[in-house]
Amino acid sequence: MEDLLDIGGKLIANRLFIGTGKFSSYALMRSALESARAQIVTVALRRVDAGSKTENILDYIPKQCVIMLNTSGARNADEAVRIARLARAISPASNWVKIEVIRDNKYLLPDNLETLKATEILSQEGFAVFPYMSPDLSMAKRMMDAGAACVMPLGSPIGSNRGIKTRELVEIMAREVKIPVIVDAGLGSPSEACECMELGCAAVLVNTAIAIAGDPVNMAKAFSDAVGAGRRAYLAGLASDSKQANPSSPLTGFLR
Amino acid sequence: MSYYQAYLKYKDFPFAKTFSNISAQEVMAASRADKTAAEDLLALLAPAAEDCLEALAQKAHDLTKKYFGKSIQLYTPMYLSNYCDNQCAYCGFNANNQIIRKQLTLKEVEAEAAQISSTGLGHILILSGESREKTPLTYIKDCIKVLKRHFSSISVEIYPLNADEYAQIVQAGVDGLTLYQETYDEKVYESVHKAGPKKDYLFRLGAPERAASGGIRSVNLGALLGLNDWRKEIFFLGLHAQYLQDNFCDVEIGASIPRLRPHLGKFEPVNDVSDRNLAQIIIALRIFLPRLGISLSTREDSRLRENLLPLGITRMSAGSSTKVGGHTVIYDGDSNLPQFEISDTRDVEQIKAMLAAKGYQPVLKDWMQLN
Repeated sequence: MEDLLDIGGKLIANRLFIGTGKFSSYALMRSALESARAQIVTVALRRVDAGSKTENILDYIPKQCVIMLNTSGARNADEAVRIARLARAISPASNWVKIEVIRDNKYLLPDNLETLKATEILSQEGFAVFPYMSPDLSMAKRMMDAGAACVMPLGSPIGSNRGIKTRELVEIMAREVKIPVIVDAGLGSPSEACECMELGCAAVLVNTAIAIAGDPVNMAKAFSDAVGAGRRAYLAGLASDSKQANPSSPLTGFLR
Repeated sequence: MSYYQAYLKYKDFPFAKTFSNISAQEVMAASRADKTAAEDLLALLAPAAEDCLEALAQKAHDLTKKYFGKSIQLYTPMYLSNYCDNQCAYCGFNANNQIIRKQLTLKEVEAEAAQISSTGLGHILILSGESREKTPLTYIKDCIKVLKRHFSSISVEIYPLNADEYAQIVQAGVDGLTLYQETYDEKVYESVHKAGPKKDYLFRLGAPERAASGGIRSVNLGALLGLNDWRKEIFFLGLHAQYLQDNFCDVEIGASIPRLRPHLGKFEPVNDVSDRNLAQIIIALRIFLPRLGISLSTREDSRLRENLLPLGITRMSAGSSTKVGGHTVIYDGDSNLPQFEISDTRDVEQIKAMLAAKGYQPVLKDWMQLN
């Protein structure tokens, strides 16, 4: 049976979600999305220029992709809600919105409380809400109760390429939260994306590590492959590891 | 507490002696610091940094790519008025200068806005000479109403306001403030600002904090290079940006590094800033504050702008005019003089093509009106 992610009312085969900022051109971004066979892309509404004939980023998103507009730039729940409503006006075909509420321009860490408020409001308005958050089990459950389609804990700060520094917390979330857990932000290499999938995350979202790679098109494909491998490993069931060699029966061998 | 208290700690600091004693090894150590401190900025600005500029440039380039990606935001200035109550020694709009004074009517603002936005630019920076009497806040707000129909982001570069007035213009639709302190040295400030309300050093210095408290989204600082020892000025500019980042963490902080350009008047720079110095300034600011926006205006020529780009620049102006109504309105030939001369006269399409050729995405829209 095909392994599909059931999320936001859709069934998704490719568990690599891709962010669209920081590319050196829209054409290159499109090639990277095509190379990864991406199905979910997130676009900052602040960058969408619907009135432009040549500069509208949405025109460069491959047709098979679901566009998840995000609220980049929102500093509180009220701004996130306003941006989400504007997003729906621009892209009525999709009710997916990624909530980003960031009041910290130094580390770009999210404000979980304001994110929760926006999630409550927008879920009630019929959006499929994808909240970006600092990993926290209680808050993730509250997001779920508020109607979130998933939770998106960060691996490390946006753009840092430092990998999954929040591993312990994300692993607990993946185990305990009943909606998909998608690691968003900070993943610097395909192996780190693979690691997230092995932990049991439902998907990962990557932007910077692809966009500023020497060859973004190949890097997108590499991430896609790694995510697929990690997912397959998770489903196969990883053998538990150990730091030492294991004698087969150290305590009961005498009974033989 | 305001930045002035932080400034006072270094006001009488022995800069010359400190800068000359810093070694290239100390500069490289500063560039590797995980969390940069004021001492690291001093090192990055020292003459010894010139000996390792290429290594520092690589670091600055990598940081810029990581935090801002391969994109450059474009904007253009729009001059509303050249009436001014001040007598700044270095400025063409000096109240004593015998130039034709002009202020755009709202109809002319509309025409300018339509022309500029037809180039695709979504970010506008409106400027005026500093005259509260001729360019009152009511006029500025009327202009904002017109501009909101054309632009996704509006920044102002006007006389400093009080806290309530900043909150008012934010409510009206302004999201960015540009305000140069010109010089952080109080004595030099006093000497180059001969008369007018701009003589109030502290009111100007506190303006970015008042705007940030009033809900502005971005603040762009600047020191006019040439008025004083540039190393000192950039040190205080960097500390100012850091102070704002630390205290107003939801506001995007940026900096401009304008060099004094030819203008009407006899003022000559007292401290020359070479191209090499300018490169060092960008590199030092980038390493000191990796998320700082850094703007490069058309004051600099096209070749230099292109070469400085990868060192840390995040915003560039394009298709600029420093004349009131410079995009659509012509007054009596050339008698409406510019505030200063520009060097890079390329239009928006040419700048976009240049950026694309250099592997950068030109960003024409990066915000939206929420009200």
